[in-house]
Formats: sequence, structure tokens, C-alpha cells
Amino acid sequence: MSKVNALLQGTLNWVDERFPLTKLWKEHLAEYYAPKNFNFWYFFGSLALLVLVLQIVTGILLTMHFKPDASLNASGVPVAFASVEYIMRDVPWGWLIRYMHSTGASAFFFVVYMHMFRGMLYGSYRKPRELIWIFGMIIFLALMAEAFFGYLLPWGQMSFWGAQVIVNLFSTIPLIGPDFSLWLRGDFVVGDATLNRFFSFHVIAVPLVLLGLVAAHIIALHEVGSNNPDGIEIKKKKDGNGIPLDGIPFHPYYTVKDIVGVVVFLMVFSVILFFMPEFGGYFLEYNNFFPADPLVTPLHIAPVWYFTPYYSILRAVTYPLFGIDAKFWGVVAMGASTMILFLLPWLDRSPVKSIRYRGPLYKGFLTAFIVSFLILGYLGMLGPTPVRTVMAQICSVIYFAFFLLMPIYSSLDKCQPEPDRVTSK
Amino acid sequence: MSCDDKVDCGRRRLLVATAAVGGVAGVAVAVPFVASMLPSERAKAAGAPVEVDISKLAPGEMMTVEWRGKPVWVINRTKEQLESMAKIDGELADPKSEKPMQPDYARNATRSIKPEILVAVGICTHLGCSPSEKFKTGAESGIAADWPGGFFCPCHGSTFDLAGRVYKGKPAPDNLEIPPYMYLGDARIVIGKDKNHSDD
Repeated sequence: MSKVNALLQGTLNWVDERFPLTKLWKEHLAEYYAPKNFNFWYFFGSLALLVLVLQIVTGILLTMHFKPDASLNASGVPVAFASVEYIMRDVPWGWLIRYMHSTGASAFFFVVYMHMFRGMLYGSYRKPRELIWIFGMIIFLALMAEAFFGYLLPWGQMSFWGAQVIVNLFSTIPLIGPDFSLWLRGDFVVGDATLNRFFSFHVIAVPLVLLGLVAAHIIALHEVGSNNPDGIEIKKKKDGNGIPLDGIPFHPYYTVKDIVGVVVFLMVFSVILFFMPEFGGYFLEYNNFFPADPLVTPLHIAPVWYFTPYYSILRAVTYPLFGIDAKFWGVVAMGASTMILFLLPWLDRSPVKSIRYRGPLYKGFLTAFIVSFLILGYLGMLGPTPVRTVMAQICSVIYFAFFLLMPIYSSLDKCQPEPDRVTSK
Repeated sequence: MSCDDKVDCGRRRLLVATAAVGGVAGVAVAVPFVASMLPSERAKAAGAPVEVDISKLAPGEMMTVEWRGKPVWVINRTKEQLESMAKIDGELADPKSEKPMQPDYARNATRSIKPEILVAVGICTHLGCSPSEKFKTGAESGIAADWPGGFFCPCHGSTFDLAGRVYKGKPAPDNLEIPPYMYLGDARIVIGKDKNHSDD
């Protein structure tokens, strides 16, 4: 045994002299000190990484069988649509890989939404973690782009009309809009050119950007250290060796904890994957089982659930302003509803970070925000009616009020004093 | 940029000039990259006019043909439908078709050459969905008790009358587009071409 050990140690030394392997291991895992009071909410970061890997692996396998081709085959079915059916029926285990990928898309958004909400609960975006938040927000935008490009690929009815609507969103930009849409589509209508370039964006351009951003997100996190449910800095109290008193090494403590999260997550994921991969039409919409037909829009058209809150905000704007159409302002409101999250670190003026020590004002606003976000998401799945439009308008106002009034209510709030050391509840 | 003992100004100038020339080359190579995503010559060449036989289109019926990948509707409107259209001007955003969404010969009360036959691009001017026909009138349509018949866009709820004119207070800003078209005989029309100009 000792000979084997010596050989391994020798190999490691050889590598370390040429590449900082042990140094990286220590910096990011064995000697990365994370606060000891992480709770349930801290599972979602590592789960997001897991889903990313799952999407990349299943995506690589799907690319081996999928054909981004909108022309009709001998049976009159678009080649892209038929190739997805081929994966589902004829490729060995193709159904499993494809359902992993489609369920993985929804899982990704669920996990990322929870991860972002954790950041809001405990003020993880506050100084000195503004850049972690900004990298994270760009990841979120890249993820939305990735999901949107990917959704066109099966070339079903919802694929086609969803892309048609979103590409046309850009045509509302004054002056350059129509030309920009044309450039993005590569044709005068959503067609083969669009399908091919969306495939290119989906399998190479956006994933490359995503991976780079994830690296930046983690490097920035490990530079400043993790926040925790108490929202206090553990680096303020260190022992004689310069190690935070309330810190524990990420490995093995949190790697083991995260494995528990992974197991529970995979259990839920498998139940959905094997028993309800379409999830009642919310993960895979029924209309997408019809091949794309440029002449007929499905009677009920709605985006996949993770986009519905923003879609509701888009629809809620029905008044023209400053002589420009309502449709332009709807697009502006939808864009602003995601972009405003970037400003969160500077909008929040509270003396404390964590929800645990915040006052009733912030808690009230946060609750109203979450409720209106969920209602907007629900309304976005339904067809428009006058009553629902008014509801969406009210919820949109609350959504923006949460952010725009934050500098006022977060500084007026009656906060409780933060503890010196982290607490365990 | 100040020149002192520590900075060799000759080298600094050379560096700046090199970076500038390199930058110009970088921008220049972006032009073909970006332009490669524009519609190809093949895509531009597609989109020839289409001929439609409307001899079997009974009053109150509608047919859809494809022109440049878009749905074009041809509707044979009944006398009652034409009469009901005249009464709703107050509810419409652009009842007189003042915005240039149609050729001049279709800039009239019925937005058509022959009053009963409407030819319109079936693409909502909001975000490009294809509205669905709601020819049934009144509450039966599911839209409003006084609905006179028309079109409803399932995406964002815009409504249009039987001449493709958009209702007020809806997300769509403009009336539906009327394509260039002309009659080749009593019952034959060609879409995408008219007497003033041929589109390609």
C-alpha cells in the first residue's frame, strides 16, 4: 500500500509543480470556510450546478440524433419535428434522455428561482457581494435565452408561435426594431434559417457563455465568502490561525450536506421524469405535439410556466404613452421587470441583511411581491380577459413598487439588532 | 499621455497605433460575421405572388392561403356583415384606415377592391400571432354581448372587425395589413402583385 501511496503522492507533486491542483482544491473546497449555519435554502446553488451538468450531458446526446431542419420529409412532417419523435420512439433510451432534458429545463428554473429567493431572504446581494449577484443575474438572463432558443427546436406549434412572438418583441424597438428582428430571424418569417441559428445558439453560443459566467459567479463568491441566514460577516471573528470562528470547511461538511439535497432532488426529479414528464402540459405543452403550422396560431397560446410572470407584465400594458404604442411599452415593462433585479444591491438601504432581523415593512413588501409574482405567473398561463388584465395590471404595479420604493421602506423599517455570531435555529 | 523619463513615447505611440489598427481590423471582420445572419439570397428570392381561385367561396366563408410564409385570408363577407361594420367606427382605433397598412385602392370603408371580398394578411400587428375567426355574433362568440363578428388574437387578446380594423384599447396598434393584390378575372385574384407595381 505504501508504495501505491508514494506513487500517488509523487504524481500529485509532479502535477502541482506544473498546475495548482492542490492549491485549487484547498482554496475552493477543503479550506474554503463557509458559515456553519447554512439551512434548507442553501441546497439550491449546488443543485443548479447539478442540473447544469445534467442538461449538458443529455444535450450532447440529443444533438447526436436531432436534425435542425424545417423542410418537410416524405410524409409531409417537418424533419426537426420528426427527429424528436424518432428520438422518443426509435433511439435506444432516447425517450429517457429527452425527458431528462425537458424536465431538466423546468427543474433548472425552479432551482434558480429558489436560489434567487434565498439571496433576497438573507440579503446575499448586499455589499460586498454585489458582483456575485450581478453575475448571477446575467446567468439568469442567459438561462432564459437558452430556454427560449431550445424551445424552438422540436418545431411544434408552441415552438413556432412562441418564437414568432418573442422575435417580434424586438421589432417594437423604435427605428432599428424591424431590421433587428429580420436579422435575428434570418428570414421574413420564422423558418428554416431561424431554426438552424437557434440550434447554434442553444448548443454552443449560450452554453459557453453560461459556463464562463458560472465560473465567474463561484470565483467572486469564494473571493468574498458566503453570506448566511443571519446576514452577518463570519470573517469579523477569526481564531488564532485566521480561520473564521463560525466557518467550517466546505469539504467535507457541505459536500456531504449537499449530497442529501441531491438525493432528495433526484427523487422528486425521477417521479416527474417517469410518471408525469409533461407535467399536465406545464413542462411540455400539449400544442407542441402538433408540428409547426405557420398559417394557424393555436387557440390557447402561453409560454412555459417559468416565463409566465413576465409574459403577464407584457400583456398588462395596454395604454399608449408619449405617442408610442402600448406594445412598445409592454416590451419595455417586461424588460424592466427582469433588469430591475440588477439594481437590488443599491436599492436596499436596510441596516441589516437577513429577513430574520428586518422589520414588518420589508416583510410586508416582500410578501406582497411574492404573491403578485405568483399571481402574474398564474395569469400568464390563462387567456386574456378584461378582469384578468386588470388583475395583472395591479400585480405589475406591486411588482415594480417592491423595487422602486425599496430605498424608502427599507431605510424606514424598524429592524432588530443583528447578533455578533451566527445562530442555529 | 505625459512623456517623462519612465515612458518611452516613441514606443507608446507605436503601441497605440498598433492597437488602433488591430481594433479597426477586429471591427471590420465583425461586419461579415454580423451580415452572415441577414436573410440569404435564397430567402430573398422566395415569395413569389400566389394565385387564388375564389369561385367556390360562399358568402360568410373564409379561406387561408400562404404568401411569403404568412397566412393571407380571403373572406367573402355577407351583406349583414358589411352593414354591421359601418356601425362600429367609434370603437375602432383607425376606422378610416389612415395609417399606411394597405395599398391606396384598399383605403376605403371595406378595405377592399370589391366590397364583399376582403384580402388581408392574417398576422396580428401586435406580436405576429395569427388571430382566429370569431364570425359568430353576440354572446355566443365568447367575446362580448354586442360582438358584431370579426377576429380575436389568442395571444394577447386584440380584436379586429371584419375588415381587419383593430379595436381601441387593445395591445395591437394597427389594422391588419392588406397585401397588394389584383383581380385576374371575376373569381381569380393574385396576391403579392398589383397594377401599380409587381413586387419582385
